[in-house]
Amino acid sequence: MPDIVINLIKIVCIVFGFVMGLASLMTLLGDRKQSAAIQNRVGPNRARLFGIPFALLGLPHFIADGIKMVLKENIVPDGAHRGLHMLAPGLVFMPALLGWAGVPFMDMYCDGTVVVDTTTWREVCEGTQHNYFQIMNMNAGLLYAFAVASISVYGAAIAGWASNSNYSLLGGLRSSAQMISYEVTMGISLAGCIMIYGTLDLNEMVRQQGYLIGGWLPMWGIVVQPLAFFLFFLAGMAETKRAPFDLPEGESEIVAGYITEYSSMKFAIMQLGEYAATVFIGALIALLFLGGWQVPFLYADGFRFGSTHIAMPGAGIEVLGTNLGYLLVIALRVLAMCTKIVVLVWLQFMMRWTLPRFRYDQVMVLGWKILLPLSLANLVVTAILLAIF
Amino acid sequence: MGNVQVKNVVRHNQGLWEKSYIPEIAKGLKITMQHFFRNLSPNKENRTTFTRQYPEEQIPYPERYRGLHRLMLREDGQVRCVACMCCSTICPANCIHIEAAEHDDPDIEKYPRVFVIDELRCIVCGLCVEACPCDAIRMDTGVHVHPYTDRAEAFLDRNLLMELGGLSMAVQGGER
Repeated sequence: MPDIVINLIKIVCIVFGFVMGLASLMTLLGDRKQSAAIQNRVGPNRARLFGIPFALLGLPHFIADGIKMVLKENIVPDGAHRGLHMLAPGLVFMPALLGWAGVPFMDMYCDGTVVVDTTTWREVCEGTQHNYFQIMNMNAGLLYAFAVASISVYGAAIAGWASNSNYSLLGGLRSSAQMISYEVTMGISLAGCIMIYGTLDLNEMVRQQGYLIGGWLPMWGIVVQPLAFFLFFLAGMAETKRAPFDLPEGESEIVAGYITEYSSMKFAIMQLGEYAATVFIGALIALLFLGGWQVPFLYADGFRFGSTHIAMPGAGIEVLGTNLGYLLVIALRVLAMCTKIVVLVWLQFMMRWTLPRFRYDQVMVLGWKILLPLSLANLVVTAILLAIF
Repeated sequence: MGNVQVKNVVRHNQGLWEKSYIPEIAKGLKITMQHFFRNLSPNKENRTTFTRQYPEEQIPYPERYRGLHRLMLREDGQVRCVACMCCSTICPANCIHIEAAEHDDPDIEKYPRVFVIDELRCIVCGLCVEACPCDAIRMDTGVHVHPYTDRAEAFLDRNLLMELGGLSMAVQGGER
């Protein structure tokens, strides 16, 4: 197959199949059904699809919502800057999808035999490698992800500015201040990780997390950088502008913040952008701290506990010119990556429904006075430890 | 200057552990997760959602639930009512309209030529059932009063009420 076809298939599968699917399902399952379960309610369950007499987890509501959003009147307020008002939802939404270009769902596919080196716990591919599970293989993947994610600040700020509404303007200001503050923490908390892994390549970072410390403890980011995990998780939640950090949309003070003046599909895109950002933050945490596609003790030729080696079932059988065992390992790893993302997204939603909102000054205090010094301390301590050992 | 009453409120002193919010967040998450998983449990008895999925899961009404009226029948299928006007007299909402007529059978003095209940006026007090001397009107159908799109639909006439009716255990006329 030509490369461009493979790339298109990857983009469709990852962006439309996984990210959009998960993000839009979350609007329904996460925001409505999960909150309902937490608050002892039932959640949406009345709409029916094609006369099927089951609620289907409220899925028809989601489709009805989409149809409603498309059919609603698109209102641009008087005095709003039409062009920028139109552009802002795209600027919120696009970065959340663009960032996925660097996210690996699996190691490079190896067309040949994979040899596992049990001293360094690395897999060496004897053959050609194909990049089937990552849209774009970059050696500066992390940098790219950050650069793209920070574009969404412009989206929120422009949305606030172009709406010609004081509420929107306040929301835009709040969101830009909040996102810039927390981006500092995000970046610095990851600096420790970058020092340990010594690379910005996301796939290489995950590969290094397959190392077993002392032969039994996987060297996941959360093990070597526990504080950075918490800091990044918090800052990441603040980046997505969702509760308890949903100050830019603070309903009680500024109506709906920078999305006050948006209606119909533009509003839906704004919302979907937030959900997609939640999934993206989940993916980054999974990649950097939870081992990405790594399954503990699973290597390309089966499970390895210390020196004992349990081969994958079907290791010798050839299917479509490849080893069935290797295919199983690939499936397990992709599944692990997806599961990690879903669990992290779920956790973010749990936080959302658990914690009360911050006051705006508290958000700023938390960002600048607590998280930033802590991340700097984390960086310094990591640097000293790395210099000693 | 009068005495100023000062009440010193003892502040809850937060230690560093509490100020770090992490244990408190964990406690909160524990509670929400308990709710979340409890309400996902396959055994519906364990859940704490008390919402009843109404049209699918209906509550069985109590035995004495007062529903739509019905007119009971004689053994030969005629209406049991003898048009004594007890029910329409006692009705506090004046919703029963009866026009009596002479019956052909000499044993039966009267029968209701017209018997109309305005279900929109009915306050479902059940006094008509209490007042009836011959067990001719009952409210034990267990059927709600339907929603009406037109007022005229709410006037239930004799034949319609008799369709809901049945035989009574009581002996008509009693012992002479």
